[in-house]
Amino acid sequence: MSTERFEIIGKAKKVIQQIGLELAFVDSVNENGIDGINDLVRQLEAILGGEEPEQIRAGMDAVRQWIDERVAIDNKLSSVCITRLGDWQPWIDAAVMSWEYQLSYPTFPEGWKTPEGPPPAPVGNGAAAVAPGGQSSQAGPVPRPAARTVELLPEQTVDIVPPDSDPEMLQLFCAEAQDLLQDIEQGVLVLEVNPTDSSSLDSLFRAFHTFKGNVGVMKLLVLQRLSHELESMLDAARRGKYQLGSDSITVILAGSDILKRFVTELSNQIAGVDAGRTIDLPIPQLIHDVHSLLAGGSSAPAGAPPAAVTPAPAAPHAPAAPHAPVAPPAAPSPVAVAAAVEADFAAIFEAPAPSRGAEPARSEPALAAPAAVVAAPVAKKQATNQQSSAPAVGSGIVRVDTVKLDGLIDLVGELVIAQSMVVQNPELKAITSAHLSRCLGQLRGITSDLQRTAMSLRMVPIRNTFQKMSRLVRDLALQQGKEIALSLEGEDTELDRNIVEELSDPLVHMIRNSADHGIEMPEARVAAGKPPAGTITLRAFHQGGFIVIQIEDDGRGLNAAKIRKKAIERGIIKADENLDEREIFDLIFAAGFSTAEKVTDLSGRGVGMDVVRRNIEKMRGKIEISSIEGHGTTFTLYVPLTLAIIEGLLVGIGEERYVIPTLSVRESFRPLPGMVTQVQGRGEVVSVRGRLTPILRLGRHLNTPHTALDPTQGIIVVVEAGQDSRCLLVDQLIGKQEVVIKSLGEMFRHQTEFAGAAILGDGRVGLILDINALVKLKSRNGEAA
Amino acid sequence: MTAHPSPHHSSHQGTTGALPGKYLTFTLSKESYGIPVLKVREIIRLCPITPVANMPEHVKGVINLRGKVIPLVDLRSKFCLPISADTERNCIVVTQIAAAGGGTRLYGVIVDGVEEVANFTAADIEPTPDFGGAIDSMFITGMAKAGSGVKTLIDLDKISAFDGTIAIQALGLPSASHAS
Repeated sequence: MSTERFEIIGKAKKVIQQIGLELAFVDSVNENGIDGINDLVRQLEAILGGEEPEQIRAGMDAVRQWIDERVAIDNKLSSVCITRLGDWQPWIDAAVMSWEYQLSYPTFPEGWKTPEGPPPAPVGNGAAAVAPGGQSSQAGPVPRPAARTVELLPEQTVDIVPPDSDPEMLQLFCAEAQDLLQDIEQGVLVLEVNPTDSSSLDSLFRAFHTFKGNVGVMKLLVLQRLSHELESMLDAARRGKYQLGSDSITVILAGSDILKRFVTELSNQIAGVDAGRTIDLPIPQLIHDVHSLLAGGSSAPAGAPPAAVTPAPAAPHAPAAPHAPVAPPAAPSPVAVAAAVEADFAAIFEAPAPSRGAEPARSEPALAAPAAVVAAPVAKKQATNQQSSAPAVGSGIVRVDTVKLDGLIDLVGELVIAQSMVVQNPELKAITSAHLSRCLGQLRGITSDLQRTAMSLRMVPIRNTFQKMSRLVRDLALQQGKEIALSLEGEDTELDRNIVEELSDPLVHMIRNSADHGIEMPEARVAAGKPPAGTITLRAFHQGGFIVIQIEDDGRGLNAAKIRKKAIERGIIKADENLDEREIFDLIFAAGFSTAEKVTDLSGRGVGMDVVRRNIEKMRGKIEISSIEGHGTTFTLYVPLTLAIIEGLLVGIGEERYVIPTLSVRESFRPLPGMVTQVQGRGEVVSVRGRLTPILRLGRHLNTPHTALDPTQGIIVVVEAGQDSRCLLVDQLIGKQEVVIKSLGEMFRHQTEFAGAAILGDGRVGLILDINALVKLKSRNGEAA
Repeated sequence: MTAHPSPHHSSHQGTTGALPGKYLTFTLSKESYGIPVLKVREIIRLCPITPVANMPEHVKGVINLRGKVIPLVDLRSKFCLPISADTERNCIVVTQIAAAGGGTRLYGVIVDGVEEVANFTAADIEPTPDFGGAIDSMFITGMAKAGSGVKTLIDLDKISAFDGTIAIQALGLPSASHAS
């Protein structure tokens, strides 16, 4: 029964995600796209099939009612309906998650039961635009007139990939654009906290400016227009002529989302995915929003009578003027601000600080914006082209194919080994020549410098990955009505690019986890004597050759009893199993503890903690939890600096040498007689700090001639993987060494003892033991003994 | 990679899979064998070998070829030939063979001695005689007459592909392999 339920939940989640995507592509102006959504809702109904709890059913009933209503009227979505769906999608997603984890369901908004007719009360201050995905609250009584104003902007269908463009240039553009958009998003989030932070404003403005320049060069006129509008807004803010508020932040984020979606689509199409597909982007709407904000109102001015928002060019902002969030000192009238911005448009390329005095003259046509806006990019294109190429190329960064980079690093590794072979060569050592030894010394110096530089090529700061999380936290907090602050520490910590990429998904999941299950609702926090805003701290630092990444929240902490209960329900542990707290916490990583499918989607949803652990272990890292109930939870990830090199403990068995990854080694010692106990039929165990741990005689296991026939003649290396540990008996410890991991290749793909090979200092190959496999190995050795 | 004579389509009984061209001939025990010269990457001296546990007898282990880890097999034990003590003439022929996922990979073969690079015409090459079910004949693409002797032409791609599966087929040979 329960597995059936998880199957339903898994499928439902997928469809809900598809609905989210579909919503993102709904055209809020033409309001088409109902069929796609109706179809998906029907699928969802079929999947749930009446098995769902009543809370979810209420949500399904509501959405069915809305859609049926629209279908009956004109088979088009209304903006109210789009807004409702935009709110509904995260709600149902949260509800399904609550179902999955048996948590309390999100409250069902009462307004949803009413048919669309009289529109619901405006949410908040009737805030800004239609973000892609329709998730922001463009509720309020005026969407229709607003839309009419927007229609003044000509609707355009443009090719995603501009005709006769150079694909290589476009690729470079996409790569750079993605970086810029990342910066933009980050800057905006800083501004949200501190709207007057001038350095962020400046860098944000510059990022938009560069972006605009680049899109100009690529002749992506639609984007140029949008980025220009946003840039204007920032420029006004930068000059103290406009005060950024939460509306404007949301608009800027929505704008950067549109740009991002375009860039993603573009890079897909260059790569040949869905070539020729068109996407709808609410650019006109957004430009309109920017204008209304600059004019001193919000995009859907809640208080303004609908009549005020008419197509008449100069009218819209006038009634909204009292709300104008204009910075007092500069305080020109709202009209003048808008005018200045408009003028900027013309002036921006020619003069960095155009004199403002002359501008009011232009104020009249200013808000006849649509026409001007369309015309301007064309007129200014020439200028854009000239200006923008400089910042685009002048950054001093060369993009290199990672395959080439890997090749280079491989070669350098070989060079280092060859160098040490030359220097250690006994025949060469016999020559006593000061000149030779000087030369060799120089060779060694250069090689090690070269190695260090080559390694650093792959290293990137973790900043970007961390910054992506701030957006995630912001969205999660909004979505769940929580207050969450994300604090980042050690963003400059550098690690291997591959690891950074691999880390992204697990981090998303763990942050989600902390935000969903860790941080409580503000009321609950206050009741517990904590500040209403929860804090998630993400920090990175070096520790003993590893990068440590911690995700710490000050939420409710893990409840050991609850986890235990759930694990027993799921059949992961037996009811009478005796576990200490750490072992209980570890259970959340057990497969089957949470039911989730693979990492497939954009948001990182649907990854179970077991997948997180698997991902981390795949890159030879490990993960630990500590938690104090009521005070918070800390996840600690240990990941290697790079995937290419590990620090290994070199052990000898007879003539052979093997490498054990240091991360898996807990301790090593020479056992005294009496420490090792024979268990009848089960092999040998040794007591390590009070725990009986089985011994694996490596020499015998690997069929290698070995000298330590009795445990007391050898060394015991205690290794661990996950919660299990095992004692490996080896002949001797040779030392610690950093080794470059090489694959053993196709021929050995079926063997399970070794994780890879490494070239040791003397040029021979040493095999790296696969500790995971060895620890989990059935005690075959014992039976043979 | 694909330019060299590839004996893949071979092994139908009575036909010869080996294409005329240049072959590197070498000795295993007292017999002569040949492989297409385009498959040979280089020939190196014997070097320290790291054994890999729990692999078939003829898989000697891995060696370090200038920073690359490559597997090493001993065809003498593969073909059940007597193995004499290593001499100066023993060497490793590093060959380049088809990888499962496309492309090529390196594969080292211990031989008793390298003879020469010989050019075999179509007339020199004869189909594999029926040895009466001897397992090795599935790796043989043909026999080449050279002077007074006969060289056995072998298909390393097939041998290595077979090795790759051997570890999981500890019990007997798969019937599919006998079909050839």
